[in-house]
Amino acid sequence: MNLEVSRSSTLWSRVGLARQRVFDRRRQTLFLIVFCVLCLGVILTGSARAAVANQTNLSERNQAPSWAHPFGTDWLGRDMLLRTWSGLSLSLQVGFLAALFSSLIGLLIGLTAATLGGAVDAFFSWWIDVFLSLPHMVVLILLAFVSGGGLNGVVISVALTHWPSLARVIRAEVYQVRSADYVQLSAKLGRSSFWVARHHILPHIWPQFLVGLILLFPHAILHEAGITFIGIGLSPHQPAIGIILAESMRHLSTGYWWLAVLPGAALLVMVKLFDILGENGRALLDPRTAQE
Amino acid sequence: MNILRYLIKKLLRLILLLFTISVLSFTLVSLSPIDPVQAYVGAEMMRIGPEQRQRIAERWGLNDPPVVRYMRWLSSLMRGDLGTSAIYNQPVSQVIRQRFFTSLGLMGTAWVLSGVLGFLLGVLSGARAGSWVDQIIRFYAYLLASTPAFWLALLLLIVFAVFLKWAPVCCATPPGVLPEQVTFAQRLHHLVLPALTLSIIGIANITLHTRQKLITILNSDYILFARAQGENLFGLIWHHGLRNIALPAITLQFASISELFGGSVLAEQVFAYPGLGQATVQAGLRSDVPLLLGIVLFSTLFVFTGNALADILYHLIDPRIRLGVES
Amino acid sequence: MLEVRSLSIHFHRYARGLRRTVLTPVVDLDLKVSAGEVVAVVGSSGSGKSLLAHAVLGILPSNAHIEGEIWYKGQLLTPERQAAMRGRRIALIPQSVSFLDPLMRVGAQVLRAAQLSGKNRHSAAAQRAIFQRYQLPLEVERWYPFQLSGGMARRTLVSMAVVGEAELILADEPTPGLHPEVVQETLNHLRQLADEQRGVVLITHDIQAALQVADQIAVFYAGTTVEIAPVTAFSGKGEGLLHPYTQALWRSLPQNEFIPLPGMQPSPQDLPQGCLFAPRCPLATAECTAERPTMRAIAQNQVRCIHAQG
Repeated sequence: MNLEVSRSSTLWSRVGLARQRVFDRRRQTLFLIVFCVLCLGVILTGSARAAVANQTNLSERNQAPSWAHPFGTDWLGRDMLLRTWSGLSLSLQVGFLAALFSSLIGLLIGLTAATLGGAVDAFFSWWIDVFLSLPHMVVLILLAFVSGGGLNGVVISVALTHWPSLARVIRAEVYQVRSADYVQLSAKLGRSSFWVARHHILPHIWPQFLVGLILLFPHAILHEAGITFIGIGLSPHQPAIGIILAESMRHLSTGYWWLAVLPGAALLVMVKLFDILGENGRALLDPRTAQE
Repeated sequence: MNILRYLIKKLLRLILLLFTISVLSFTLVSLSPIDPVQAYVGAEMMRIGPEQRQRIAERWGLNDPPVVRYMRWLSSLMRGDLGTSAIYNQPVSQVIRQRFFTSLGLMGTAWVLSGVLGFLLGVLSGARAGSWVDQIIRFYAYLLASTPAFWLALLLLIVFAVFLKWAPVCCATPPGVLPEQVTFAQRLHHLVLPALTLSIIGIANITLHTRQKLITILNSDYILFARAQGENLFGLIWHHGLRNIALPAITLQFASISELFGGSVLAEQVFAYPGLGQATVQAGLRSDVPLLLGIVLFSTLFVFTGNALADILYHLIDPRIRLGVES
Repeated sequence: MLEVRSLSIHFHRYARGLRRTVLTPVVDLDLKVSAGEVVAVVGSSGSGKSLLAHAVLGILPSNAHIEGEIWYKGQLLTPERQAAMRGRRIALIPQSVSFLDPLMRVGAQVLRAAQLSGKNRHSAAAQRAIFQRYQLPLEVERWYPFQLSGGMARRTLVSMAVVGEAELILADEPTPGLHPEVVQETLNHLRQLADEQRGVVLITHDIQAALQVADQIAVFYAGTTVEIAPVTAFSGKGEGLLHPYTQALWRSLPQNEFIPLPGMQPSPQDLPQGCLFAPRCPLATAECTAERPTMRAIAQNQVRCIHAQG
């Protein structure tokens, strides 16, 4: 009798466990979707509100946060919540473009280096080393300066500085896949290297690439905000979050703390969300870490 | 003998690296759409005629092919001549030297502070993994890992300089005081906030890394054996833990110099601290090409030195590398 | 001296959320060790024998749950008592050089063991003395573990256990893949320690080694001791052995009939109901799967089998 009970309970707990696991996965996926929708919302509506965000209202200047203006207003009476919103959306778009280009460069260089090997590999590995041994900020400033600043300058400079780590990951991954038995076998069976790349290597690289792309986001956005803050990136007519913070500097000594604190906190939240998205995506896409 | 060969290898690598970067940055700058003459002359461009302009270009050798210009730049570089900074009206090497020593105090303080604090927090967090102390420290570190340095600088500025008035709002010395009359205490007073910014940001990385490393070590065989000998948690960390996590932590801290340099650019901007970071920003904003190129090369050297020191330290300290070269 | 009564060790592993698995690598284990004797616990590698030593010392990981009792010299061991005895009264000889701190000089590690064993003032002298006893050259003091040869590492590990005045020595797999001479030397050391009136537990997968030095042999199967027999019972065709697994083990040795036992040990995640050996046992009956058999004393042996007869 006793036996029966314990057996059925283990069965039940097993069903429960399976359900738990499915639920965990589903909850993660749900989180991903909700998050993406949220971000898209910020991107789309934020840009659409750029005109509203730049509306001045001199009767409501320098107001501390209130219900009407949760983030307060600035010296021209512009609502800081709207400005932060459109600023975030601009930063997000710039960050997305830069991260996308950067990860494509990383993918291309990682793939080329590992598939061609030999001198080509040595050449690209050297460049990866060179880029990793330069301080990011200095290269960003140099590149932004060389490309003439502006939106293009920011995207180019951020894209050109963030690829090495991903290129390294992809290169290692390709080497690992290529040394696997089944890939060695298909090569012996006379498959062309293009066929091998298409059927064996790309499917393995894809998750790495996607996760790498998402994890590049926070860096891209932070560095974009950084050089914009310095004043080398976007112009005051393109009020990205870095510009908003840079402008706030002039008004800090008068005690208008909300001009800097709240937009920066919003930036931090956004960056953190991307971090979480990347980590979750890694767990979901990469079967190795998903086991943990 | 071995260490000598190792050092020579490092040195060759450095030379190759600097050469690559000089070619790269020179190529980039010559591809730039920015006209160096216009950048130099600035607002007075209107008053300069095309002939005058041509003469400047000729004197600077701007009409020569890029390779010739590069070789000229490189040969003067070899002689230690980095050119003249237009915005500071001084030799670039002199600007870099002055500014670097200003930044060095800032970065050095932050480096030591973040290293020591981060290490201690990491040890605390790793030793009590899973406890509420660990949770708090980890939350703090993860949050800081994505905090923009310039925003943190602004926060500190608002709280400690604007509201509490404990620290000055800007600069490295009080305004209106001659450099030779500035006291050490005054310098320190101006250093506090920027150094604090960089320290707080720098702590995250070293804390998380040290925590992870300590947890790994506390699960190792030799810790198990030490426990079997009657060692308690404090003894485990004191006798075995610190010994084994110190080297990786030091290496990481040296490797973080690149990030530190980037952070100092932003922090110096916020606090108007006249260091190398601010000079970098000015060179970029005001198209001071010789200064920018000089800083690129110098910062490479600086970061490389940091990494090399960590590497050399490893070779000198770790007995497995120091004594076991043959095996 | 040491008495382990129906010791079970469970591991609860929590994955995400409430998902968890239970492992039971040690089940209802019994063992008795007297001063002056070597008791060998023999079982296949990776079957959780080491956990027995860790449980006696009280150094199991925090997710382990223990049932049963461990008595030492008439005292029930509690975590506090274990903490007081670790290194002082009960000492461990670990498997390999990886149990030494890779960045600490060998002499300092032996010295630390001496300090922890309570020889605060005389620990330096004790360390020198133990080096002499185990013929470790003085310069080894300044060496790091990776510089030690196999034999030296072995002697260092033994000396660390013995530098104090531990009365009970737990030797956990002390002869893995060593040169035969070193194995012999290590076994001799263990025998000497027992002859000095210490109790020695030799945990090993190597039955040949156990036969050389042990007084009693405890056969470990699927987490429990199925039979404890005097070493003399392991002779001839194994007539003195009472448990079917012990007999099968004896027959499977190369110098005997060399007949392997078909099947595999059950996984600690999925133990059978009733007798743990029943699924592979030629004598198994319905009663065997109903209940776990208890340890019975028959002649000089202790057997966990309902079919065993003297």
